[in-house]
Amino acid sequence: MKISLTLNGEVVTADVEPRQSLVDFLRASGLTGTHSGCEHGVCGACSVRVGGHVVRGCLMLAVQTDGQTVETIEGLTQSAAIADLQAAFHRRNALQCGFCTAGMLLTAHELLALDPLPSRDDIRDYLSGNYCRCTGYQAIIDAIADVAAERSGR
Amino acid sequence: MTQGDPQVGRSIPRPNARRLLQGKGRFVADKTLPRMLHVAFVRSPYAHARILDVDLSAARAMPGVVAAYDGADIAAHVTPFVGILTHMTAMQSPPQPALACGVTHWQGEAVAMIVAQSRALAEDAAAVVVVDYEPLPAVCDMEAALDPASPLIHPDLGTNLCWERRIDSGDVDGAFAGAAHLVERRFVFGRHTGVTLEPRVCLFDYDGSEDRLTLHYSGQVPHMMQAVLAKHLGLPESHVRVIAEDVGGSFGIKIHTYGDEIATAVAAMLLRRPVQFAADRYESFLSDIHARDHRVSARAAIDANGKLLAVEIDDITGIGPYSVYPRSSAIEGNQVLNLTGAPYLIPAYRGRLRVVFQTKVPTCQYRGVGHPIAMAVMEGLMDDLAAASGRDPADLRAINLIPDDAYPVKSPQGILFADLSHQASLARLLDLMDYQALRAEQAAFRARGIHRGIGLASMVEITNPSPMFYGVGGAPVAAQDGATARLDASGAIHISNSVTEQGQGTETILAQIAADALGVDPSRITVTTGDTATVPYGGGTWASRGAGIGGEAMLRASLALKEQITGIAGAILQCDPTQLDLADGTVVDAAGQTRISLQALAQMVYYRGNELPPGLPTELIATRHFRVEGMPFVFSNGAMASYVEIDPDTGMIKLLGHWVVEDVGTILNPQLVDEQIRGGVVQGLGGALFEECHYDAEGQLLNATLADYLVPMAGEMPDITIAHIVTPTRTSVLGAKGAGEAGTTGAPGAVLNAVNDALRPFGAQISQMPMTPERILRAMGTIE
Repeated sequence: MKISLTLNGEVVTADVEPRQSLVDFLRASGLTGTHSGCEHGVCGACSVRVGGHVVRGCLMLAVQTDGQTVETIEGLTQSAAIADLQAAFHRRNALQCGFCTAGMLLTAHELLALDPLPSRDDIRDYLSGNYCRCTGYQAIIDAIADVAAERSGR
Repeated sequence: MTQGDPQVGRSIPRPNARRLLQGKGRFVADKTLPRMLHVAFVRSPYAHARILDVDLSAARAMPGVVAAYDGADIAAHVTPFVGILTHMTAMQSPPQPALACGVTHWQGEAVAMIVAQSRALAEDAAAVVVVDYEPLPAVCDMEAALDPASPLIHPDLGTNLCWERRIDSGDVDGAFAGAAHLVERRFVFGRHTGVTLEPRVCLFDYDGSEDRLTLHYSGQVPHMMQAVLAKHLGLPESHVRVIAEDVGGSFGIKIHTYGDEIATAVAAMLLRRPVQFAADRYESFLSDIHARDHRVSARAAIDANGKLLAVEIDDITGIGPYSVYPRSSAIEGNQVLNLTGAPYLIPAYRGRLRVVFQTKVPTCQYRGVGHPIAMAVMEGLMDDLAAASGRDPADLRAINLIPDDAYPVKSPQGILFADLSHQASLARLLDLMDYQALRAEQAAFRARGIHRGIGLASMVEITNPSPMFYGVGGAPVAAQDGATARLDASGAIHISNSVTEQGQGTETILAQIAADALGVDPSRITVTTGDTATVPYGGGTWASRGAGIGGEAMLRASLALKEQITGIAGAILQCDPTQLDLADGTVVDAAGQTRISLQALAQMVYYRGNELPPGLPTELIATRHFRVEGMPFVFSNGAMASYVEIDPDTGMIKLLGHWVVEDVGTILNPQLVDEQIRGGVVQGLGGALFEECHYDAEGQLLNATLADYLVPMAGEMPDITIAHIVTPTRTSVLGAKGAGEAGTTGAPGAVLNAVNDALRPFGAQISQMPMTPERILRAMGTIE
């Protein structure tokens, strides 16, 4: 099935199988920064933005993005939209293996757009759909809290 | 002296984390090779069944299918593997085929494989493979498996017992007979698994023109895998290259030999095309090794002064149908036997271990390996003894912990401890958490009907293992690791090491060590790990050995390169090399004055050697290896505390706080050490509170998805406060012990005691992990 979407700012047309998931489509397109972790919509490793909202790339079909705007970690890196979050994650060592990291960054970015100065508990709650097996989460919470404070001028 | 602040001891962020943050990771599943094919497996729906027929004809006719194989097809090209270690006397486990042949022994064992142009097409074809099974009785319960009436999983062995070991040291019976207080308890530790967020994945690329096999590997032990593949595929070891780039979590899951991965290698060799196997999460639950699954009966006694008299344990553990190759599945139970009571002075000890086959997923070494069980058992007994004798749990520990000036100390199990700090660690912990204030707060809340509990745990962790771990038992597992340091013409330093990176920061600390020895900024250093073609031979990363062993090799190689550089500089400058040092990328004299830059020196050596004195040694590369000698293991130690609140109506546990004091010897990078500990604590809490592989009586895994198997989430975890005691190990110059498994080792015992401390007013006690709300309510008698 032919689809056309705006992928990281570029119009892309593709011929995809109706059954292909969005994460599989993105990875097959060379955007391997988005990962497949559980394929049940639980772990958040496949998080991408569709129409400005963070969605699970494993629960959405590629065909559903026809006519949509899709952004991945590669696009958000290119646009520098999350450069401060990436820097804070680096400074705080808020990643180890890095497999969950793209999803964490996108989810954190969405949280800070909704709530510029969340409490630590708010951050923990919002990230609870993104699993990390390496860090124990604390450094991720620290990094996001740092960026919230920086962006709010505190 | 080197100018500037030392790099070792600083919290330098990991340079290699930047690309992971930008979505530029290099995970195996990200790699596409020309003509690459994909694999899907047909896995047994039965825990135990005879395979009467495998019909692949329909599958072979499916679109995009290139090949289809059953167990016999694969077995013709690979020898079976046997997961026993020869130093574990009388251990037995049958040969394991890559794919099941004749009989399948667990639900999820691979029975047939499809190779196709895409994973989706391979799955389509796998769905039409017809396997005719004759179900055999499942043997699930580890105790029932030892009943003489139980069906045998491997009839040729005549028993379902894999291995048994006993220790009897000192007058245990006399000690118990004369004890002032004796406690007994039976503990149950559920079966859980590692859940690396990146499922297992491998990509084999076979070049028939040169008979060379390359494995793009998501794992921790490249050289071990090189040896395993060569041996079982009949290739010279030199024709096998293993390359590990980014690894999406491993935790011990990725140090084992998996039949489905070996079968993928066979397919790549038969088809002479690259073949990738990327497990999905369902396959991970059904084929990644599981861990724990122990039942421990234990008792301990103290005298009237609170001094420990004796400890006795009986551990039975179910390991699935095979001991896993090549490290064996008896190690975890052996650690339980060896380490129960390790922090304490214990005059008498008796232990019995039985390792039992069952028709479930094989278990093997996962982060902590037996330690969480050994520590939780002993710490649970210590709290029982404190309660029985009316002592504060902290006081009872202080009475019995090995004094910090007593080392070396040999435990009744014969384990040698040195350079530990249990007493200082406990004292620091009580100060860090403000123990007395927390006890007062707990009492105040209890008066208001809010049930909080405080749990303590003292612990040891095996790190930096010597050859006495695996090599002595015949496994192709190096205990010695190597490092190379070289100076290039540009003045850049390139280092490589046989320990590997899985995100813990290995490459960063190696660069810090080399930077100090060579007087350069870490940013001038390029690091290579994980490629058997380019790094020195060594064991890789397991048993918390990367920093202590790989780091020491790095230090020695860097110092050797430094000696080469100063030797050449002495000839150029016509001065005594021993009066020269390296700082800020230059050679400096005794007064600290810059004499020549590393770049100028290297360019003279490489480009204009004619300017150097004839015969001058001009090597600018050094390799050194290191292994631990004189001690079987270098232990680290620590103390932990957990603070929880129980809702007696729902059985829900809220984690309020967690404190860790850890002695990892020399701290190379404080942030990386602390993050290893935090991540480990959370994995330990996962096993203690949430994670369990639920099986029914037929051996069906009931929760093989991440929607059903619970792992810790951000919202449930507490902030974790960490402090350190520093007692460097004297087995190395660097003095670093391991830190990777400490958190997982201590956290379960601490939270177990905290939960039971909260339950004490109800007269309830829980001794089973994970401590689910249902089990809490059952312990309280709220539900039956």
